[in-house]
Amino acid sequence: MQEILQNFFNLEIYYQVAPYLLRGLWMTLFLSAIVIPVGLATGLVIGVLSVTLKARWARILLATYIDVFRALPPLYLLIFVYFGTPFLGLDLPKLLAVVIGFMLNNSSYYGEIFRAGLESVPKGQMEAARSTGLTAFQTLRWVQIPQATRNVMPDLISNTLEVVKMTTLASAVAMPELLRVARDAQSLVYNPSPIVLAALIYLALLWPVVRLLSRLEHRKLGGGS
Amino acid sequence: MDLQALIFSFFNLEVIRDYWPDIVRGMAVTIELGVLVSLTGIVVGLLLAIVRALQIKALSFFIVCFADILRAVPPLVVIMILFFAFPYIQVSMSAFVATWLSLSLVLAAFAEEICWAGIVSVPKGQAEAARSTGLSWWQSMCFVVVPQALRLTVAPLTNRVIAITKSTALGSVVGLSEVLNNSQSAMSMSGNATPLMMGAVGCLIIFIPVVLLGRWTETRFRWKQ
Repeated sequence: MQEILQNFFNLEIYYQVAPYLLRGLWMTLFLSAIVIPVGLATGLVIGVLSVTLKARWARILLATYIDVFRALPPLYLLIFVYFGTPFLGLDLPKLLAVVIGFMLNNSSYYGEIFRAGLESVPKGQMEAARSTGLTAFQTLRWVQIPQATRNVMPDLISNTLEVVKMTTLASAVAMPELLRVARDAQSLVYNPSPIVLAALIYLALLWPVVRLLSRLEHRKLGGGS
Repeated sequence: MDLQALIFSFFNLEVIRDYWPDIVRGMAVTIELGVLVSLTGIVVGLLLAIVRALQIKALSFFIVCFADILRAVPPLVVIMILFFAFPYIQVSMSAFVATWLSLSLVLAAFAEEICWAGIVSVPKGQAEAARSTGLSWWQSMCFVVVPQALRLTVAPLTNRVIAITKSTALGSVVGLSEVLNNSQSAMSMSGNATPLMMGAVGCLIIFIPVVLLGRWTETRFRWKQ
């Protein structure tokens, strides 16, 4: 017990490394603040395309894009973009490589969610909107997308939670986010308390979202029966 | 950047010939780990959900805590704690065991939550009717409630299993020789990006069928309102 306290919950070390970890937390939040909007925006485009494209070849192309990037592990995409692009003669800044790697993955996931949402909006909504004189784009913007988003809100929140957790992968390319600085701090103080503290910070940050999701999920299943 | 150089860096036949056994070995580890994690995670998660249905306050409390913590903390952090922090309290494990255990626990947490939502959604009358025909609590749980609950959980559970099996790539961070790690070290040994491409193909061979299976279960077991 003493050993666990000493190595996992060492308050002295917590106090010592807190400033570093705080900086890492900022990086994690900063990264999330870029990656989530980029993922949502590209996902929305893909979702809209999957319900509007009619040409067969275009649909096949889109489905291939979605399935390929859902099949590749996010860490793989990150490593590929970060270590592969120099061979193309491109020298991407680290942040850009991370954002692109995550975007490839997130656009497919968010895209599938938005597609499901758009498909859940009854056709009559679109027809009614069009018959009042709205253009196709206006209908999409003001009628279909708002309803679609509301219908898939739990899935959107759940995926966003996964994206925030995914930012830890950036530690693999030495991005100084929360997990990375915790690992560095661990080797400095020769005690694993910093990693445990990082876990506690993630828990404090994300636990409310997890609770919210549990409630939304039960309402969905419970309401249907 | 001309085509010749692109082919040399990404589709180099010589490199492919030298390193394909490494990639295939990595794929075997990825598949083995993925299967083990899926089995352990689902079984443990289902058991926890059933135990929670016993409605013993203290037990349920611990199960909810377990599920909440492991859904909130990023899987990579869990792996890091098991692999880098536990040796300090004299619990050492190999990279394979650390990755397997971490991902199984994370999957178990999600599976518990999904199965629990499924169990709750089965109308109470089902269990009551089963009990009144003389079945014991366990019998009514195992033969009446759980089979109905599982039907509802197939789609969300499949999606979660897919996400977790892809997380086996995280093992590369602690030096597990799975497909990503092997292709990365082959890349640095050959000074050529072809192994990354081979690893990507390896991942696609493993995970495209899994993604397609996910698509199929989503339409086959769609939740009917």
